[in-house]
Amino acid sequence: MAASFISAAEAISQVTDGSTVALSGFGLAGQPLHLIDALCDSGVSNLTIIANNAGNGETGLARLLGNKQVAKILCSFPRQQDSQIFDELYRSGKIELELVPQGTLAERIRAQGAGIGAFYTPTGVGTQLAIGKEVRTINGVDQVLEFATEVDVALVHGHIADQQGNVVYRKTARNFGPIMASAARYSVIEVSRVVPTGDLDPESIVTPSIFVNAVVECGVNHGK
Amino acid sequence: MASEPLTKSEIAKLVANDIPSGSYVNLGIGLPTLVSNFITPDSDIILHTENGMLGMGPEALGDEIDLELINAGKIPVTELLGASYFHQADSFAMIRGGHIDICVLGAFQVSLAGDLANWHAGDPNDIPSVGGAMDLASGAAKMFVMMTLFDKSGKSKLIKECTAPLTAVKCVNRIYSDMAIIEISAGGIEVLEVFGISEGELLDRIGMN
Repeated sequence: MAASFISAAEAISQVTDGSTVALSGFGLAGQPLHLIDALCDSGVSNLTIIANNAGNGETGLARLLGNKQVAKILCSFPRQQDSQIFDELYRSGKIELELVPQGTLAERIRAQGAGIGAFYTPTGVGTQLAIGKEVRTINGVDQVLEFATEVDVALVHGHIADQQGNVVYRKTARNFGPIMASAARYSVIEVSRVVPTGDLDPESIVTPSIFVNAVVECGVNHGK
Repeated sequence: MASEPLTKSEIAKLVANDIPSGSYVNLGIGLPTLVSNFITPDSDIILHTENGMLGMGPEALGDEIDLELINAGKIPVTELLGASYFHQADSFAMIRGGHIDICVLGAFQVSLAGDLANWHAGDPNDIPSVGGAMDLASGAAKMFVMMTLFDKSGKSKLIKECTAPLTAVKCVNRIYSDMAIIEISAGGIEVLEVFGISEGELLDRIGMN
């Protein structure tokens, strides 16, 4: 199905109470702030969020958490200097945290998009994060079984899309965007602009349109 | 034996000097970041940052600052000629796949067998955060730890068994500290150099004598 070009509010209507939503971003770089604002405004609740961090300051994911719309978060690095909203929710037992090593988090998302149900990885063997998980010795290396993570909706910050729905990213804002777009049942990419099909070099496209359901042009550029 | 323990910068310089030309290197957040101050363009060392970049340059200043170009510590950085960007699954394929030649990480504790504890000080009130530490510790071809050898109360951070939660088992190859450089291998530990302390006293203080 070709990508549709719609508003943030229309795209967010795919998220319902209890949905699992993946948010791109490493800190604020690559966080889809425009789409998250629409998610905040929609008022949906009881969400499970997949993201590398647990919000910075008062905007984006931090605002969503502060709105009490999130029941659970899967992430690798919640604690930061400006994660005060998450810290408060976590310490008062108002949010569930599933802590996942960053590479395992990325691979669980990638595997989902690639149709792989689970994989073995050496990361985490012999640590608290492997407790209760199957460990197998493969080629002489102990590895822990990790499962792909289902994602209902991905909200991703891209840079430029063409009218076909192909997407390119900008610098380290790429981070989780491409794998989240491929993993979700419905993927929304916010971009600063949409260009005519043919204007992007096919060799440079990072997320091909097959992984994109909706593009939201928001004119925002979080870089320079 | 040097007469004084090393400063943090002096430790960083030693680490940088021991990284072979042409290496792909990941520097952890905190103390290891200082190593980049001693990597010059002609040392031909390529820095990897786990958030998706090879060819990372020095910290960005003034007009160079671009909030979409940051390092693993979320500090704005610059890109060098030959830089590349990639997504998180590729970034960690580089790490787990053994493509990173050397990783330098900070530590709370290292065991005599080379176990590393650096993600959780063990306080139940702390908010647990692991980031890429477990992937780096188990995946990099060589693991250097950079730390002070003793904590503020004078207790050795190199100990028989870690008491803080582990990041990875038997992963540390070498410790660069203010008081000694110590190699860790299957055969045990070997003190390569001491600073401001005799080897005998050092071994006493880490409980090896």
